[in-house]
Amino acid sequence: MLRVEHLKIGELPPLTFVVPDGECLAVEGPSGSGKTRLLRAIADLDPARGQVFVDGAERCEMSAPRWRKLVRYVSAEPAWWTPTPRQSFPDNERALEKVERGMASLALPLKLLDRSLSQLSTGERQRLAVLRALIDEPRVLLLDEPTSALGPEHSGLVEELLRYQLISNCSAVLVSHDLGQIKRLADARLQLGPSRSMRPPPKGLQR
Amino acid sequence: MNPEMGYVNLDVWDLLLAAALILLNAAISLGLSLGLGRTLALSAVRMVVQLALVGYVLGWIFTQSSPLWTVLAATVMIAVAAYEIRARQERRLKGIGSYFLGLGTLLFVSTLITVYAVSTIIAPDPWYSPRYILPILGMILGNTMTGIALTLSTLSDATARERNAIEARLALGENRFTAMSDALRQAVRTGMLPVLNAMAASGIVSLPGMMTGQILAGLEPVEAAKYQIMIMFTIAGATSLGIVIAGCAAVLLLTDERHRLRLDRLESKA
Repeated sequence: MLRVEHLKIGELPPLTFVVPDGECLAVEGPSGSGKTRLLRAIADLDPARGQVFVDGAERCEMSAPRWRKLVRYVSAEPAWWTPTPRQSFPDNERALEKVERGMASLALPLKLLDRSLSQLSTGERQRLAVLRALIDEPRVLLLDEPTSALGPEHSGLVEELLRYQLISNCSAVLVSHDLGQIKRLADARLQLGPSRSMRPPPKGLQR
Repeated sequence: MNPEMGYVNLDVWDLLLAAALILLNAAISLGLSLGLGRTLALSAVRMVVQLALVGYVLGWIFTQSSPLWTVLAATVMIAVAAYEIRARQERRLKGIGSYFLGLGTLLFVSTLITVYAVSTIIAPDPWYSPRYILPILGMILGNTMTGIALTLSTLSDATARERNAIEARLALGENRFTAMSDALRQAVRTGMLPVLNAMAASGIVSLPGMMTGQILAGLEPVEAAKYQIMIMFTIAGATSLGIVIAGCAAVLLLTDERHRLRLDRLESKA
């Protein structure tokens, strides 16, 4: 369970909300309203005042690398630093098995693992980045436009994979411009925006 | 010493004859209208004044042979080198950290290596004799300074360029040194290159300045070569130590205790 209390992002009023286990919160708002900044602040990639808890533990109670093993931010522009995708995945049998299963479910041929990253399409890199984020089983997923480079068919596969994570008790915060996707995945919605005042969190958010 | 190999004094006329050669530069600048006349004159005058001044100051310090004056001169040299490191950065770290990055590293490395080289390798009597300490320190500082400046500017450029990759690694739970290891490795390698090249090329492409000086001063070439070898190793050691310390310190300054990448701590490009 993710709990955010009085988190201060830029000019926005302090944000307080809860995302229970197995649920997905969609964050909406125009460009520049702070959606990405909110996700980065929750992952502790940017300094922000306020508290963030996962299963009752505040981020400051553990080291930042440990926190980011629990709270996984998936950037809208996934970056790679290795020559091939394989080197970016953990190198043990159990992880490899999960990678193979994940790749099959995302319609990615296994041989892509050893192909040079510059030869992969944007969509292939994006699907691999989502998979990379899931392998070590984080508790909370922060997804920034996870299907922006994908067509409807592959978006559906990614959504299926994410829904599976939710069923296995992850929580997720989703930023997406795809209203259909928000309808399909999100259990609650959060509207950000400088012009509009914050809506009270919808049902299911306050517990 | 062989009398034929003795030291030949230069008088003012000799220097004027040498200065005549700079008229060649002036003629080229005029002929090609390079507009370098002013800069040329200024640089030449600066060079003469600075070197003459250094000659007199060093001469005076050598006759004093007091550790106090030696330490003072060394401090000035280190401070100027530290300033130069900062001045050569296109993107500096904001705040006081950028001063301490160069100064602290140089202070530690150059003191350590100079004292080691002079007191245990050359071992003159007394070991703190400024005639040995100051020139060795100067050579170490010059090379370490270049190495550190190169390392720091490569590191900040690489970090800014690889920002997304570094943050992706941080987001996956890597610590700041692992996440920045590619940038750091690239920076350290770049900083080492001048010294590695100097070692490989010395004696074939160019005769190192110190060796030339000692030969002109009448020392046997083999003896001069031995000195040069010692100096090269000393410089290489000091440079690599300085680069690694400054590089790691810069990684710490470019990130924070929560392992966040803090590019906001870099000044924007001038």
